[in-house]
Amino acid sequence: MPAERFPADDRTTMKIHEYQGKEIFRKYGVPTPRGYPAMSVDEAVEAARKLGGKVWVVKAQIHAGGRGKGGGVKVARSLDEVRDLSKKILGMQLKTHQTGPQGQKVRRLLVEEGADIKKELYVGMLVDRGTQKVVLMASAAGGMDIEEVAAKTPEKIHKVFIDPASGLTSAEAADAAAKIGIPSWSVQQCASLLKALYKCFLETDASLVEINPLIVTNQEKVIALDSKMNFDDNALFRHPDLVALRDLDEEDPLEVEASKYDLNYISLDGNIGCMVNGAGLAMATMDTVKLFGGSPANFLDVGGGATAEKVTAAFKIMLSNPKVKAILVNIFGGIMKCDTIASGVVAAARETKISVPLVVRMKGTNEDLGKKILKDSGLPIISADNMGDAGKKVVAAIKKKAVKKKKVVVKRKVKKKK
Amino acid sequence: MSILINKDTRVVTQGITGKTGMFHTQTSRAYANGKACYVAGVNPKKAGEDFEGIPIFGSVKDAKAKTGVNVSVIYVPPPFAAAAIWEAIEADLDLVICITEGIPVRDMVEVRDRMRRENRRTKLVGPNCPGVITPGEIKIGIMPGHIHKKGRVGVVSRSGTLTYEAVGQLTELGIGQSSAVGIGGDPVNGLKHIDVMQLFNEDKETDAVIMIGEIGGSDEEDAARWVKKNMKKPVVGFIAGITAPPGKRMGHAGAIISGGKGTAQEKLAVMEECGIKVTRNPAEMGRTLKSILK
Repeated sequence: MPAERFPADDRTTMKIHEYQGKEIFRKYGVPTPRGYPAMSVDEAVEAARKLGGKVWVVKAQIHAGGRGKGGGVKVARSLDEVRDLSKKILGMQLKTHQTGPQGQKVRRLLVEEGADIKKELYVGMLVDRGTQKVVLMASAAGGMDIEEVAAKTPEKIHKVFIDPASGLTSAEAADAAAKIGIPSWSVQQCASLLKALYKCFLETDASLVEINPLIVTNQEKVIALDSKMNFDDNALFRHPDLVALRDLDEEDPLEVEASKYDLNYISLDGNIGCMVNGAGLAMATMDTVKLFGGSPANFLDVGGGATAEKVTAAFKIMLSNPKVKAILVNIFGGIMKCDTIASGVVAAARETKISVPLVVRMKGTNEDLGKKILKDSGLPIISADNMGDAGKKVVAAIKKKAVKKKKVVVKRKVKKKK
Repeated sequence: MSILINKDTRVVTQGITGKTGMFHTQTSRAYANGKACYVAGVNPKKAGEDFEGIPIFGSVKDAKAKTGVNVSVIYVPPPFAAAAIWEAIEADLDLVICITEGIPVRDMVEVRDRMRRENRRTKLVGPNCPGVITPGEIKIGIMPGHIHKKGRVGVVSRSGTLTYEAVGQLTELGIGQSSAVGIGGDPVNGLKHIDVMQLFNEDKETDAVIMIGEIGGSDEEDAARWVKKNMKKPVVGFIAGITAPPGKRMGHAGAIISGGKGTAQEKLAVMEECGIKVTRNPAEMGRTLKSILK
């Protein structure tokens, strides 16, 4: 609920790239391979030259996981090969299980020294809701999809619920290291890595940190071969350095646009745009649409203090999605008065010259006044009495339009025959 | 009786001089017994002044000593809200209701840990919640008072407007509410569904409960299992987010399906198994409740 809101705090969790995460890791004393980011093929070759050695790894930098399987991580054994691979990977549309079928364009690379891997492990940290503590998860099943490990063989994940007062103790860290099969002579090294990682998690206000894989090299070194860091949006106000790492190319452009207006917007696959006040009601509205056979195009919470400008922005964002065939507005006016929203909806409908059916359901403070404004506007707004009614009407409106189109087609065919 | 708050509750508002605090103090004070209930405000820089006749004190402790308040409501901005919660707990109030949205999770982890470690008796509702209302007696929070009606059905929810939706449906059907509690949409919070269900179960003035949940975590499942074992009153349930895609945070920081856990389907299945009458249509929450009342 809106108390004193801080703008731009209301997005999904902020993510950063692997190379940025590794830079943060190094600051906290979490060992990583040496490497440099590269935005061009030339920079990639230069990075490899600076690193020296005979083996390099060229890694696509996108925010989604599963990059290796998708062909975004390759080993090079000469500078020419670094050049060839960088050419291939930069600009490619990388598809992984997390990007969706359209994939994500690769705009940045990380070139690293090759690692001599003996063992691959998994380490992660996040806040456990049940215990309200940070939980360390460690597993010998490194390099694999950890969600799959958690689902199929949960016993392979060792968990430590960290006491906020004492932090991750040396004993707990060493025990976790031993449990995931770190050789005894490397246990202390791994334990100090885990303690450094916990400090990093806390001080950056991370919501998730993952190292998959954490490796033991043939030289018995314990190193973070990968890095995934997500941050708590609510805490970004105390981390301007982290905010600077945000990469807008990796985010849904509509979601970025929405965040400028302090709107909570998430793109979905359907064709019914939904504008609602409140996150819970917004989800419930999507569910209602689905219940009556429709499919929501988005989640959109306009919040408690929506103004006409905000509503107009919300309409523009919804309508810029070409899939949208109808819009459903569902408002429970509490502090937000229905007449204010109604004026906003009318202004937005006029300004955007809305050409798809618009169904509005309004309830609460100044409900009658709001309905009158909608009616008097002369716009073809379909009014609904309750959520169920609204869901039915918006789905019917799309079907009606589709039928109309079909009829037109049939008529034309008939004419041709004549 | 009702739960948590009633007409005899005395409230201190932390953040009474901010825009949000002022506005909601006015509307809450105008509701039912509000004039008698809202007796103090806190702002260390404005101690000795007043807000429309409500005296402002330098600390919650001071406010308690001078006015006997037992409940606090917090509208303090997120960077300072966790400290405000702790101040109210240290003053040993019965209940703290934190409305503020956007408190860093780390701050909440620290406060909750301290509450447990020091074995504090103060209850916390929220943060990121609409508050608590006992219709006809007292409203603490940002919910629209006029949609409520005094009665015997309890409502508990993680979402604000969805609570209003349920309450509005009940009132339209002529069914009043004993208390409506918004526990908030954050992943780390105070009272959970299970705690509020226990209170409703013990409350002599509550006959039935609507429990509203959403995707993320497993609080609804925990509450459902408790209901199966202990609840003496009928419960109706709804879970928002059947259509929510995994891995996306749906507005509320806590509303996220992660690792295949916390889906609406899973929660609904457990609730049904535990004898809760669930509806998948949010427009039917009120009617579903009516159908089980004798």
